[in-house]
Amino acid sequence: MHTDNRPLSPHLQIYKLGWTGIPSIMNRITGAAITVGSLLVVYWLIALASGPEAYATAQGFFGNILVKIALFGFTWALIYHTLAGIRHLFWDFGVGIHVPSVVKLAKVTIVGSVILTVLVWILAYA
Amino acid sequence: MSLRSPLRRAKGLGSAKTGTSTWVAERVTAIALIPLVVWFLVGLIVHAGADFNEARAWIASPVNAVLLVLLLGTMFHHAALGMQVIYEDYIHSEGLKMVSIYLTKFVAYLLAAASIFAVLKIAFGG
Repeated sequence: MHTDNRPLSPHLQIYKLGWTGIPSIMNRITGAAITVGSLLVVYWLIALASGPEAYATAQGFFGNILVKIALFGFTWALIYHTLAGIRHLFWDFGVGIHVPSVVKLAKVTIVGSVILTVLVWILAYA
Repeated sequence: MSLRSPLRRAKGLGSAKTGTSTWVAERVTAIALIPLVVWFLVGLIVHAGADFNEARAWIASPVNAVLLVLLLGTMFHHAALGMQVIYEDYIHSEGLKMVSIYLTKFVAYLLAAASIFAVLKIAFGG
């Protein structure tokens, strides 16, 4: 019995990404980025548990400007994914699932995540 | 009556009947992570730039140690589930998909165990 000739649903490349598709794919990308970025948190904890020399090495590593930029990106990904995740939880209960509110929430999520990320870094260094 | 083709049934492919519990686990861990991530970000703001002893004291306090263990365990579980969904959607080779899913699970639980051990070592003053 041939099963490889059945009709397929339209695939990723077919759709025009808008205020629904872009935040959705961003949620996946930030989720994967947090998974990779969690290595930084694990490294920091292991260094702290290992002793003062290891922690000094870690502080040198986290002082590097490229690592700082990565940490800023990690903070934004964490905040965006959290806000976008809350949105998904509302949708799971059928709240705010119509396009106008989806678009409005998408904009709030993107702008809000950037503002909160900058706020976290300002407060951390103030 | 089964809607699966005879070939599919013979190969044992198709629903594993655990999709719903996986879907629910992804959401329950998401809900648990919301307060934990907020607590973690506030902690980072307060303790940014902490020296060795300050950082140890922060992690070692019982409330912080317990919340951090919960955050790490829940986050890596959520990460493994989320990465699995990404692989299932975009990897079409059955073998590569399985290897990616289980390799990610191994690494996620290794990182969870290592980072939780680091927190406990700090908390118990080792």
